[in-house]
Amino acid sequence: MVINLAKYLLIFVVSVLLQVLIFNNILIARVITPFFYILFIVLLPFDTPRSLLLFLSLILGLTIDIFTNTPGVHASAALFIGFLRPGILGLISSRETLESVSAPRVMTMGLQWFASYVTIIVIIHHLLLFFIEAFTFDGFLITLLRVSLSSVLSAVLIVLSQFLIFRK
Amino acid sequence: MKNLFRLIYRYHVVFLFVLLEILTLSMVVTYNNYQRAVFFDSGNFISGNLFEQFSTFSQIFEFKQVNTKLAEENAVLRTALQELLLKSSRGTYHASDSIYLPRIAKDSSQKAVYRFTTARVINNSVNQQHNFITLNKGRRDGIKPDMGVIANGQVVGLVTNVSENFSTVISILNSKWKISAKIKRNDFFGSLSWDGKDYRRVQLNEMPYHVPVQDGDTVVTTGYSSSFPEGLTIGTISDFSIGTGSNFYKIEVMLAADFKNLVIVGLVENKQLYEIKQLELLNKNGN
Repeated sequence: MVINLAKYLLIFVVSVLLQVLIFNNILIARVITPFFYILFIVLLPFDTPRSLLLFLSLILGLTIDIFTNTPGVHASAALFIGFLRPGILGLISSRETLESVSAPRVMTMGLQWFASYVTIIVIIHHLLLFFIEAFTFDGFLITLLRVSLSSVLSAVLIVLSQFLIFRK
Repeated sequence: MKNLFRLIYRYHVVFLFVLLEILTLSMVVTYNNYQRAVFFDSGNFISGNLFEQFSTFSQIFEFKQVNTKLAEENAVLRTALQELLLKSSRGTYHASDSIYLPRIAKDSSQKAVYRFTTARVINNSVNQQHNFITLNKGRRDGIKPDMGVIANGQVVGLVTNVSENFSTVISILNSKWKISAKIKRNDFFGSLSWDGKDYRRVQLNEMPYHVPVQDGDTVVTTGYSSSFPEGLTIGTISDFSIGTGSNFYKIEVMLAADFKNLVIVGLVENKQLYEIKQLELLNKNGN
């Protein structure tokens, strides 16, 4: 339990630091910025209580907000996928799998399952994020372009991270 | 009533979610200037420090290069110092054991006018029209607005805003800033600015036709702006042409400092800046 807590705390800190120090500085072709930090929400165990999931998502989002000076933008987007995650998991996998396996990982769930799971989460998150951000900014099509291109990069990075760092 | 509680309990996650979502979205919507200031400030405190830590870390990879640059600069300075000491009779120079002991000038008019200090670049950009640089030193370290910023003896920019621990610098690569500059070879001066196109080239304007200009001429500071000492390198002339219907040359200057590669910068304070400004103000008021 304690080891698990430490592990997820580490994942939280690493996701935030990577996002704030590295990925926030990336701007490819003026539209693509990866949002890697939702890795933390992606990796939480299957049996995380739903209300805890909400609070963790909120804290994660607010932390990112503090570093990017965007109060509420990341928090509301992260909160949304925290809320939808159990539903998405229920849609793409059977109840038995969710009960027999502890947490979503490439090693346990397979690359194809993991990639589709990440893609769904990332697309929903980015859609919300960019459109909440666009509250004050420019047009619809350019936002959609940002959403789709950034989603591709974020999803690839999150899946890749499974092979690089978070092997366990 | 019991049913209501049961309902709330059954859907407590949904209620919680809706509540938190309303809370965060209202943060987005009511994001006005006051909140920006508060948030920005706390964010600045936390993120400013984190960014500084990170640049300390990333600097490790640049140490070798920075060391080489500093060593080169030291060599140049040492040579200049020796030449000066040899020229003036005030310094005592022991050529035999290569230790020199410059005597401190007693006369107040001999006091150094410029004070130098260094700072580390913690944020920098070259890809916008108005580029700024953030440094890791602020008011507490004696940084003041209007101090000149140099790197390896080459002009980088001018300090604009100073907070307790950090300061921002308007870079030459900012189309809103102009600095007076002259051609080192013949002392003709003009005004230097950036057109926002290429981060390696700036433009020297107001240079009349009769001035002999050559490719490769060094462009240096004039000292008129009083933020910089005279004679600091800005760059070399890479291209010049005669503008149509104009009385001045169009001169392209290749910058000496590499703005994509700034790690450690020097800051120059003119101790007489205040006095000069006050004096110049009298002229303006007189008119």
